[in-house]
Amino acid sequence: MAKEATNVVKHRNHGTGYYVFIAFVMLVCILLAVLSIIPFWIMIVNGTRSTPEIQAHAVSLLPSTHLMDNFKIINEKGSFNAFVGFRNSLIISTGATALAVYFSTLTAYAIVVYQWKLKRAFFTFIMAVMMIPAQVVTIGFYQMVYKVGLTNTFWPLILPSIAAPAMVFFMKQYMEPAFSLEIVQSARIDGAGEFYTFNKIALPIMKPAMATQAIFTFVSSWNNLFLPNVILTKGNVKTMPIMVTMLKTDIYKVEYGSIYLGLTLTVLPLFIVYFLLSKYIIAGVALGSVKG
Amino acid sequence: MKRKGVSYAKYGYIFSIPFVVAFLLFQLYPIFYTLFIGFTNLKGFDTALHIHPKGLFYNFKWALTNDTFITGVKTTFLLWICNFIPQISLALILAAWFTNERMKLFGKGFFKVVFYLPNIITAASVAVLFSSLFYYPVGPVNDLLQKWGVIDAPMDFFNDKWSTRLLVIFIQFWMWYGYTMIVLISGILGISPELFEAADIDGANGLQKFLFVTIPNTKTILLYTMITSLIGGLQMFDIPYLITNGHGEPRFAIQTASVFIYNQGFTGEHNYATAAACSMIMFVIIGVLSAIVFYLMRDKDEAALHKVIKAQEKAYRQKLKEQKKGGNING
Repeated sequence: MAKEATNVVKHRNHGTGYYVFIAFVMLVCILLAVLSIIPFWIMIVNGTRSTPEIQAHAVSLLPSTHLMDNFKIINEKGSFNAFVGFRNSLIISTGATALAVYFSTLTAYAIVVYQWKLKRAFFTFIMAVMMIPAQVVTIGFYQMVYKVGLTNTFWPLILPSIAAPAMVFFMKQYMEPAFSLEIVQSARIDGAGEFYTFNKIALPIMKPAMATQAIFTFVSSWNNLFLPNVILTKGNVKTMPIMVTMLKTDIYKVEYGSIYLGLTLTVLPLFIVYFLLSKYIIAGVALGSVKG
Repeated sequence: MKRKGVSYAKYGYIFSIPFVVAFLLFQLYPIFYTLFIGFTNLKGFDTALHIHPKGLFYNFKWALTNDTFITGVKTTFLLWICNFIPQISLALILAAWFTNERMKLFGKGFFKVVFYLPNIITAASVAVLFSSLFYYPVGPVNDLLQKWGVIDAPMDFFNDKWSTRLLVIFIQFWMWYGYTMIVLISGILGISPELFEAADIDGANGLQKFLFVTIPNTKTILLYTMITSLIGGLQMFDIPYLITNGHGEPRFAIQTASVFIYNQGFTGEHNYATAAACSMIMFVIIGVLSAIVFYLMRDKDEAALHKVIKAQEKAYRQKLKEQKKGGNING
């Protein structure tokens, strides 16, 4: 009893020790925040500075006036092309995301709504293949794509996302409590076909889960380097991350300002997406881990 | 007579077809194809497959006795472990702070957003950015260190094995601790508040609550974090590939297994067969390790409960069958 009483008192009147501790925690957090932001800040600022300026002082917190000059260097020399990279990445990521979200929901629907013999086995199977390390079997995938002549096309990067086991798992977990089977039954009574019911009734209900999963699939498809780098070797089909690798090789080696500007261009779309959707993204990370 | 209703079971199969077909074609087939290529001597721009003249397992033997590959595997583990331990430690501490209701912290939401930021940025861009930031002789980091008087002359970070490794480890840590923190926060918030209240009543202090309530009750989520990080970490490619010259320089300090496999298969001689053999070895390593973690991760109580439920179901079905035999359908 006595112990309990002191405890109650303790967290009503904070001692100096408490405030020192809070100050320490805040300091750690601020330092980590600076560490997260400063590399990108230097990148953006240096993108506006000329190579001689960077050579004199590589760090400046304020932008300079050479943005257009750097832009010219990027556009006129070398093989880096932010616009082409952006376009290609957008096509691939959008396609992959749409397929992954649609077919994962469809597969989850098959598991949740229907009673079929192999259902349980199928779900166990999906859990088992969730962890397959895809990148490791790139050699076989590449050879397959090469044989059918689909290298330097976007299909091998879009179509495989029809089978996204982790997303099926997430969708199934989300659908079970959120989706009542009575809706399906009343749709049947109204004469709706099964496929129609899925498209017109189930999909709208699943929208929040689909949005969360779409963000992550889009970003991970956008950021993927290994497989696109192997499949897409011609200049006009390269994605944004492959464009980044150009910055390491070409004439940019001596054009410091333009490297930073090129990097800024590759990162800018992600910054915009992140600052618009950060709330949902953070919530999505938390949700995914609890459900998964 | 019992009237049979419309069976919808077939739609279960129909709706699963796209997934199954895509899985077989794009995931399962490449695994076996990679394995098969491992038995051949496929090289260059050939596509015809011939079993390796020096024996079926020649490439596998070659890989397992190849110093560069073995070093690559060791490097991969080294880089993963050295980033994972500080990453999960910091994430746990931050998660404990952020979920402690007695501590009045400002800007929790802001910090979460900022800590997670590096994770969403293209790893390739991050790698090239850091190779520019640590550029020798005139990069931002050299500039700052000289200004602050830490060093007198610029340092060539990428000429030293350990400074390059530390940098890769730091980048991996920097990109992932925010993600891990958010995952752990949601894990800690899932712990029943009663457990913390009970600890309060028993007079536990903050550290004791962290050690004896928070950590044991987030075991599953810690292991989940570990297994996903392991699978990703053992395939580590973008950062070590792009931060130096693409071959894990200096002196193979950051040549991970994935960088080695990429260079075997997709540069120079395009030696697909050896690359495939190395890939399958990595595949097995990752599979075995995940299985071990998975086994440790399974909830023993839940598994036992599942067994009981199954036994009950079986007994119930048996009963039903007997009733049916007796002609009592409506019962």
